[in-house]
Amino acid sequence: MADYSLLLIGAILVNNFVLVQFLGLCPFMGVSNKLETAIGMSSATTFVLTLASICSWLTYEWLLVPLGLEYLRTISFILVIAVVVQFTEMVVRKTSPMLYKVLGVFLPLITTNCAVLGVALLNINKQHNFLESALYGFGAALGFSLVLVLFAAMRERLAVADVPLPFKGAAIGMITAGLMSLAFMGFAGLV
Amino acid sequence: MALLKITSPHAHGPMSTARVMQLVMLATVPGVITLSYFFGLGVISNIIFACIVALLAESLVLILRKKPLQFYLGDCSALVTAILLGIAMPPGSPWWLIMVGVGFAILIAKHIYGGMGYNPFNPAMVGYVVLLISYPLEMTHWAAPLGSFEGSTPGLIDAFSALLFGHESVDAVTMATPLDLLKQNNSLLIDDLWLQNPQFGRWAGLGWEWANLAFLAGGLFLLSQRVFTWHAPISMLISLTIMSLFFYDNGSSASGGSPLFHLLSGATMFGAFFIVTDPVTSAVSNKGRIIYGASIGVLLYLIRSWGNYPDAIAFSVLLMNFAAPLLDYYTQPRTYGHQKKARNEGDGK
Repeated sequence: MADYSLLLIGAILVNNFVLVQFLGLCPFMGVSNKLETAIGMSSATTFVLTLASICSWLTYEWLLVPLGLEYLRTISFILVIAVVVQFTEMVVRKTSPMLYKVLGVFLPLITTNCAVLGVALLNINKQHNFLESALYGFGAALGFSLVLVLFAAMRERLAVADVPLPFKGAAIGMITAGLMSLAFMGFAGLV
Repeated sequence: MALLKITSPHAHGPMSTARVMQLVMLATVPGVITLSYFFGLGVISNIIFACIVALLAESLVLILRKKPLQFYLGDCSALVTAILLGIAMPPGSPWWLIMVGVGFAILIAKHIYGGMGYNPFNPAMVGYVVLLISYPLEMTHWAAPLGSFEGSTPGLIDAFSALLFGHESVDAVTMATPLDLLKQNNSLLIDDLWLQNPQFGRWAGLGWEWANLAFLAGGLFLLSQRVFTWHAPISMLISLTIMSLFFYDNGSSASGGSPLFHLLSGATMFGAFFIVTDPVTSAVSNKGRIIYGASIGVLLYLIRSWGNYPDAIAFSVLLMNFAAPLLDYYTQPRTYGHQKKARNEGDGK
């Protein structure tokens, strides 16, 4: 039990995918301009990341390993992730048109989120079992959501700040992300 | 709208930014005096040089941005940042260390965001964290407190030669801080640890306990002057106490130190009353401030006990600075006479 909670805390805070491992930076910078979209994006990513890490683990253990095709894992994981994203999109569209409208364009964008592929590959590298893979994916998604939502709230404030012209927009966002990553270094050694 | 006619005299609220900043500087005096009594005059040389660098950096930015020098330098905010950073750094730090720290604090953490009032992160703590990560050796080079060794603490000449030429030229006596010792301890009972190391002092470390009490006094002075409200500092101290009570098992080797130790050691009081209360980077509403302060206390204890760094005021404050805008968003008080409204109700979403 303690192992699982450490794994979760490790994925959320200590090895945060965005601020410590620098994965998934494109949606982090791209959809953090408004708090509402950031919350939508993070909930969609949480769902997809958890499901994709489970599916890619199953694919690897049940399909690639028995066939001796481990070297195909990157390309097959990309395929799995794309399928999961498409599946999610279809389910969400049929079951909850409202949520579909809110998430809108962000759903297909998740396919290109490198954190999703990163988690799938890291699960294999770290030799996680089924439950650990699911938890690791979920923890990574929670960590991603946490910093994305916090960053979005902060960027709304930066948008009205008297930032010098050369630093306006994405530049100040990058600097802020750097300072945030500095703060996250304080968690080092916690797990 | 009714325009009421109110006759003079109108009393003017005396609290300007400059006044607040001057009060804060005044309130650091007892702490600075205590620190320099126990750790030598290196504290003073730190502060003086940090102030010079801060004023130069601030002027440079103001000239570049074509803003009136006198007005912006007059609000003393750069000086407060410099003083806080000077206190936080090890006494008798070399000039380049102070220059990097203060320069980063003023130029990057403050002025890239548009200066006073816009910075999302506390500039002094950003400067401190940058130094701690880049120069861990220099930043953990704490002088030994008076009374733990033979002889006297560094005087003014020693302090300035340390500032100009580095520590090599002075026979400085250094010692691990109590928080360091506690972190590295994994076999001794707390009572034995106390007996073996004279620098633990009576409750929380020789010198440290008095410095913390002095900063507490300065903080209470600011509180009585209504420079800040009680919410953030008090909730931080309470949550730190609760956390340390929870993990204190009467002094086994694995315990994290008594609540009194945590309250009076390291930078607890300095952080609670001079860093956490920063009006710009903390949450704004009272409820938000309570959550903000309490989370800093929890993070502080977590990183002190299980993280890599012995003290964690700077990290936990930065982490909560990062969360402050969201806290504000969710703890916004309702405007009097209005129903609480969703933010996007009006624009057709």
